[in-house]
Amino acid sequence: MAKRTLVETVINNEPVELLCEPRQSLLEVLRDELHMTGTKEGCLTGDCGACTILVDGRPVCSCLMLGVEAQGHKLETIEGLATGAELHPLQRKFLEHASLQCGICTPGFLMSAKALLDKIPRPTEAEVRYHLAGNLCRCTGYDKIVRAVLDAARESG
Amino acid sequence: MHEIHYEAPTSLEQAVGILAKHGDSARPICGGTDLLIQMRAGVRRPHYVVDVKHIAALTGIAFDPKSGLRLGAAAPCIEIFENATLRRHYPGLVEAAHLIGSLQIQSRASVGGNLCNGSPAADTTPALIALGAVARLVGPKGERQVKVEEFVVSPGRTVIQPGELLVELLIPPPPPHSADAYIRFIPRNEMDIAVVGIGAAITLEGDRCTAARIGMGAVAPTPLFAAKASQALVGKKFDAVAIENAAQLAIEQASPIDDMRGTAEFRRHLVGVLTRRTLERAAERARRN
Repeated sequence: MAKRTLVETVINNEPVELLCEPRQSLLEVLRDELHMTGTKEGCLTGDCGACTILVDGRPVCSCLMLGVEAQGHKLETIEGLATGAELHPLQRKFLEHASLQCGICTPGFLMSAKALLDKIPRPTEAEVRYHLAGNLCRCTGYDKIVRAVLDAARESG
Repeated sequence: MHEIHYEAPTSLEQAVGILAKHGDSARPICGGTDLLIQMRAGVRRPHYVVDVKHIAALTGIAFDPKSGLRLGAAAPCIEIFENATLRRHYPGLVEAAHLIGSLQIQSRASVGGNLCNGSPAADTTPALIALGAVARLVGPKGERQVKVEEFVVSPGRTVIQPGELLVELLIPPPPPHSADAYIRFIPRNEMDIAVVGIGAAITLEGDRCTAARIGMGAVAPTPLFAAKASQALVGKKFDAVAIENAAQLAIEQASPIDDMRGTAEFRRHLVGVLTRRTLERAAERARRN
């Protein structure tokens, strides 16, 4: 096995030191090393967005970044979205609007939506659809997801 | 993915040293949005992956009205389209950077990486060609500059020699009354690879065109500079006749193939349509400058 490298990062506001192999993607590191399995593996080619996390506030496909590249960066994953037992408004609205069926795409959609609302608190429908274009859902037809994000923005704004 | 060694040099000298030492078995990584997919598929198998995002010269974006733009090869697309100065002076390059993949991809992917990947369909390359961009390479034997239209030599292959690193793209300042534009055709609204992409930059003095450059993507094994089409516009009245003439010359130069994204015949048709539309969009902007 290749030499494991020490990576110092911040995940959901907690400083984290971890060891990983240079060939491991950040997605593999999150799931297999840190056992943070909320972030999902989809296509592994950057097309589906299921593995979306935020790196320094920007949405990124964690399958297209090496774990070692996280050194010194601030990561946000689905595990950090709720505050204790209290769901984030986006999570609550996804439930209210039935914006998920199988749920594999949901963590990625929520993180992309969070990045959008952090940047544009009251987006238009076109802005929501544009910012979620990198996330694929094969169950819902997208409409319920878009409505949930708009509703969450309305409530928070 | 196969086992790799990861290096993250903080200076150009270190980076070139590592790349020169390992030659073909080393490859720089910027956003990794092409490289990691290729490594997973076994298409590229570098043993040394050299992260060049910790080198200031590769991540900087500096505009000077006299000398133009120095665009670090590893600067991510998001920093290009969120940059008000670039949106003002290079709207076509910004358009190209803002339509590569999804926002997730644009957070990581760089214009330099797009060029070094060597795809004939790279979106930012025709935009760079239109702007007359030059690539600055540094290697063990010193540095050299290569015009972007001469950078890609065949699909996936570039002029970069073992040990060399693309540091930055040098883009001239936009002349008065000039502007650029980039338009691509894909069969959906977002998230696809260009069937054809056209970049254009033109300068107008009154109703006359005094300078023009057209770059074409996905119409040949490498991105092309449409030299005849561009030259045909210069010194002429910029009207429908001149635009149509340029579009026909661009079509003549294109040598597209049939593939799953479109037939050669359809691509030639698109070259005409997009050349007209891109020139018109660039002209509309130039009239306001």
